[in-house]
Amino acid sequence: MILFLLRRFITMALTLLAISALVFIVIKLPPGDYLSNQIEELRAQGDAAAAAKAEFLRHQYGLDLPVWQQYLVWVGAMPGPNGWAGLLQGDWGWSFEYQRPVNEVVNRALALTILVNIVVVIFVHIVSIPIALYSATRQYSLGDTLVTLFGYLGLATPNFLLALVLLYYLNRWFGVSIGGLMDPRFNDAPMSMAKMSSILSHLIVPVVVIGLSGTAAMIRRMRANLLDELQKPYTVTARAKGVPPMRALIKYPFRMALNPFVADIGNLLPHLVSGSVLVSLVLSLPTVGPILLQALKMQDQFLAGFILMFVAVLTVVGMLISDLLLAALDPRIRIGGGA
Amino acid sequence: MSSAPVTMPAPLGETHWVNPAPFNPDVTKPMTAEEERYYRASGLQLIWWKFKRHRVALVSAIFLALLYISLPFVEMIAPYGMTSRHADHLYAPPQPIHLFHEGKFEGPFVYPYKFKFNLETFTRDYVVDRTTPQKLRFFCRGEAYDFWGMGKMNAHLMCPPENGTAFLLGTDRLGRDLLSRIIYGARISLTVGLIGIAVSFVIGLTLGGLAGYLGGWVDATVQRSIEILRSLPELPLWLALSAALPVNWSPILVFFAITIILGLLDWPGLARAVRSKLLALREEDFVKAAELMGASRTRIIGRHLVPNFMSHLIASATLSIPSMILGETALSFLGLGLRPPVTSWGVLLNEAQNLAAVNLYPWLLFPMLPVILVVLAFNFMGDGLRDAADPYH
Repeated sequence: MILFLLRRFITMALTLLAISALVFIVIKLPPGDYLSNQIEELRAQGDAAAAAKAEFLRHQYGLDLPVWQQYLVWVGAMPGPNGWAGLLQGDWGWSFEYQRPVNEVVNRALALTILVNIVVVIFVHIVSIPIALYSATRQYSLGDTLVTLFGYLGLATPNFLLALVLLYYLNRWFGVSIGGLMDPRFNDAPMSMAKMSSILSHLIVPVVVIGLSGTAAMIRRMRANLLDELQKPYTVTARAKGVPPMRALIKYPFRMALNPFVADIGNLLPHLVSGSVLVSLVLSLPTVGPILLQALKMQDQFLAGFILMFVAVLTVVGMLISDLLLAALDPRIRIGGGA
Repeated sequence: MSSAPVTMPAPLGETHWVNPAPFNPDVTKPMTAEEERYYRASGLQLIWWKFKRHRVALVSAIFLALLYISLPFVEMIAPYGMTSRHADHLYAPPQPIHLFHEGKFEGPFVYPYKFKFNLETFTRDYVVDRTTPQKLRFFCRGEAYDFWGMGKMNAHLMCPPENGTAFLLGTDRLGRDLLSRIIYGARISLTVGLIGIAVSFVIGLTLGGLAGYLGGWVDATVQRSIEILRSLPELPLWLALSAALPVNWSPILVFFAITIILGLLDWPGLARAVRSKLLALREEDFVKAAELMGASRTRIIGRHLVPNFMSHLIASATLSIPSMILGETALSFLGLGLRPPVTSWGVLLNEAQNLAAVNLYPWLLFPMLPVILVVLAFNFMGDGLRDAADPYH
């Protein structure tokens, strides 16, 4: 088990290293950077003093170094102009647009992003397990057909378009604005029950919208797995021996079918995170999504880089957790040392 | 434990009838015409027969085929030009098609409307005039357009009435007909998926093939990169890559760059499928037979391995076209994808991003409909293809 854990952690670290290089390359792809664009603009306006100041800042943040050195400084594997101050040291850099350190800019958005994604994962599981159980045990019934149809629609409906439609109709029919994190009148109000319930009611729609396609996929897979297991001799034996139907279902076939279910979190997570970024943009939910879009447009490189990195860490850590859960669930993986 | 073979007394005679005539392999039961047809059918034919049984998939395939066939002729199908503006019909609501005027059948017609600016609420009011029906014209001469550089033409499938308008899905903020723009947008939106999948197909086939065939460190490298790419949420990466496109590129160049970006991140699934199929097929008897007969490696791969998993690959490629179409739509919707004057469904939806506009002019959401329909159709067709791809099972 310890060997297994160790191996998983090393793979994760290497993956993150590769991802950080990839992210940095992508961020550096556009020619120039935030400050050099600003300098050009200031020069064009003839503001030499401000341009000189920006030039000084450029040196200050090491933007005049060669790209590979900039990468090492950013990661924290090399001392920059301000000494060791990279991701590894917990220094996430400076946001040029907001004129503040990155961690101050994204602080609250990070927590909300993690919260939304965890809630969505829980939602997907809570909803899809009972539905899959129902539809697998009553194959080809009316309910099962409806569930299958819903599965198709759920998989095919683009979540951001759904968010847009819901935004429109809920506003038109019920006069509820579901955009944003809470009712605007609570914005500066201290935390109270009313504010809390406003936040919760604003979270329902995004969670459902983000989780829809994941739920549909989960139901489909779980149903197929369960149908396979229900044919197996051990289930037939259990039934023949007179185990009550519910117990015969939960105790063996369900546990077997759960296995790929947990393993699937790894596939599910990147989609959910993608979806949450997009849906947040539509519903103007203050997660990292809107900040990322703005930062990318403005070439605010440290901010954009950090958010991309954060999103990647979120999925990679989620996959690690799903692997650990799987190992706890399935002794073959634990003992075999990972497959 | 050893046991002597026990011979049961064979029940002969009245209980068990045995044909005394010697077995002659040349005389077999003749096949019925049906069976004959089945056994002689080529692989493709079998796939087609199996696919045909999947009704929804068949309907989807026909729907998509019609859409793609009509792409070269969008200029004819659209009643208006893509960019023709109607300054006196800004944000005009949809004009529904009517058939009966005051209880009398008239054929398809629309009621004209007049624009009035409401100075109290500062909104545009369109007053429908229900007294004078205006007939739509079909197979008619309308707005002129340049047909693929072959000179000016003005034939249309449907035109607005003489001295009237027919904005079946309304107009946008510049008074451009939304239906025509959706029809023109189909050209871009539908080709994005095809070009993107072509890119991802080539990369996936090459890398997956190399990994599966060469094994060793090549395999390990490809496998690791697949894992890394798969663990990254694709949308943020798409966003970053499209944000990296230089602003001064021409819209057409941006279009190709976006499709390549979409394809660049999609190949891991295909590569993985190719690799695992190659590994599995390499052990099959027919490969060994070919090897023993002295077939070259190229021949084994090209003649025996690739045809065996090609149908699978095409099926799974079909299933990833929708995600490309959606990717383009999402990027353009956010303003990081295609830029006007290139018009795709996502570019059209970009105008629907403003909630206030959508509240006043809900018809701006119409471009969503074709997106959902096409995505659904591709999903159904892909499912059908995947089931049919293995006709021997």
